Amino acid sequence: MPALLEATSLHAGYGETRVLHGIDFAVEQGGVTALLGANGAGKTTTLRAICGMVRTSGQIVLGGERIDGKPTEDIVQRGVAHVPDGRGTFVELTVEENLRLGAYIRKDRAGVSRDFERMFGYFPRLRERYRQQAGTLSGGEQQMLAIARALLLGPKLLLLDEPSFGLAPLIVQEIFDIMHRIREDEGVSILLVEQNASLALEIAEHAYLLETGRIVVSGPAAEIGRDESIRRSYLGY
Amino acid sequence: MEGVLHQVLSGIASGGIYASVALALVMIYQATHHVNFAQGEMATLSTYIALTLINAGLPYWIAFLVTVVVSFILGILIERILMRPMMDAPVLASVGVFIGLLLIINSSTGWMFDYMIKTFPTPFPGGPLLFSGYLSGHELGAFVVTLVVLTAVYLFFRHTKLGLAMRAAAFNPVSSRLVGVRVGWMLALGWGLAAAIGAVGGMMVAPIVYLDPNMMAGILLYAFAGALLGGIDNPLGAVLGGFAVGIIENLAGAYLVGTELKLTVALIIIVAVLVVKPSGLFGRTVLSRV
Ligand SMILES: Nc1ncnc2c1ncn2[C@@H]1O[C@H](COP(=O)(O)OP(=O)(O)OP(=O)(O)O)[C@@H](O)[C@H]1O
Ligand SMILES: [Mg+2]
Repeated sequence: MPALLEATSLHAGYGETRVLHGIDFAVEQGGVTALLGANGAGKTTTLRAICGMVRTSGQIVLGGERIDGKPTEDIVQRGVAHVPDGRGTFVELTVEENLRLGAYIRKDRAGVSRDFERMFGYFPRLRERYRQQAGTLSGGEQQMLAIARALLLGPKLLLLDEPSFGLAPLIVQEIFDIMHRIREDEGVSILLVEQNASLALEIAEHAYLLETGRIVVSGPAAEIGRDESIRRSYLGY
Repeated sequence: MEGVLHQVLSGIASGGIYASVALALVMIYQATHHVNFAQGEMATLSTYIALTLINAGLPYWIAFLVTVVVSFILGILIERILMRPMMDAPVLASVGVFIGLLLIINSSTGWMFDYMIKTFPTPFPGGPLLFSGYLSGHELGAFVVTLVVLTAVYLFFRHTKLGLAMRAAAFNPVSSRLVGVRVGWMLALGWGLAAAIGAVGGMMVAPIVYLDPNMMAGILLYAFAGALLGGIDNPLGAVLGGFAVGIIENLAGAYLVGTELKLTVALIIIVAVLVVKPSGLFGRTVLSRV
């Protein structure tokens, strides 16, 4: 089966600053692909490039169709959901309104309310906080809200930017447990950016290692996790 | 005592008009972080359109509706054509554009409709004053109309998907794009709505203050004072602020400074709020963890 997403010699940057120097990668249909790398390697920029949030050159193909150069809204319309760096919570709005926005592009009301219920199955705490202002949620709850908001889009491809960021180990474990369930149940392909390499390699099938805008290692996640020298020189554990 | 009650009631009536213009200001402020100084002139232009339609023989309420729709479209066009290219411009450049817009609309209304002061009809029964003389028919009618408009706007933003998307786009454009909201269009719709609300304000105030190209200058100042008083980033606060300014203005005009100096009351409120509590009485306090 062809890959769901395929990027070829992808360059990206901010104004004069070049961040990605022609990277190639693919996200296979179903399952999880991990994108690892040190601070400032360009992981967040890669996710932004996929969503058309930064200027790019090179090719990005989603399900056989070029999406590079398209406006973000059009890429989202094609089934790409992005849990951004910092979670992107609508802090002034309620939990309910945040979730409704997640389903903004959908017209199937019945399907949406079924999906709301499924999200409450994954994240019961969101039901308890339904009418609360989202800015008052804890960091872990906001991460859950961000994931639920993204899934409500009914995406083909889910981009997750450091879901463990700033969270206590117990909450991180809880969120990764739920992500294991999500990858089984939702039939969505996930591109996961993580600092926590061991957790990411555990959930992913395939992994890429990014260093200052270039991919230096790629391969099956299990192999990368076993490779002592890669672990020591790039992943630091 | 009777006199005070009279002043308060007519303060509430004019306050409704300030409240709707204040709401228009806040809507654009929330989305762009700029005060649209041309909001008043846009409303004046709308009022001239209404007068033209009425003079052409259209029944009042038809002319009213057509004016609201035309103003809505004009608001969208102004955003698309004039404001869009200025989106990322420095603050002073944007202020320049707003003031330029104000002057252009002001002089073109003067040129098209001349500078003569004109009377503007009211759809409400005149004759004997209502509430044993406290309110004129027009004041009461204008109050009801503004209340209907404010309620409709509130319901739209609270309970419709589009209203939610417009709020989201104003608060957090980046996340809004990521859920597929077309942020640019939401901004344009906001301008359209603000122009439509301002048009209603203009048509309601014109029978009281008479129509000329500078009709809204004072009103805009009161509305701005109301918006600041209630909180420039809080629509509900701005509406309450608008009503409060109406009452304060009338009481001060009657008992403190006299009608000639009423406008200074607005200036005093503006300065006082900016000095004492820049976020306004109901300034949005966003609780957020980072
Ligand atoms: N908005 C921006 N404007 C200019 N430069 C930026 C911007 N965002 C990121 N950069 C630069 O791009 C480079 C890559 O940043 P990026 O955020 O993609 O890294 P990252 O791999 O996600 O790092 P982290 O693990 O710290 O999140 C960095 O050098 C950063 O300074
Ligand atoms: Mg990052």
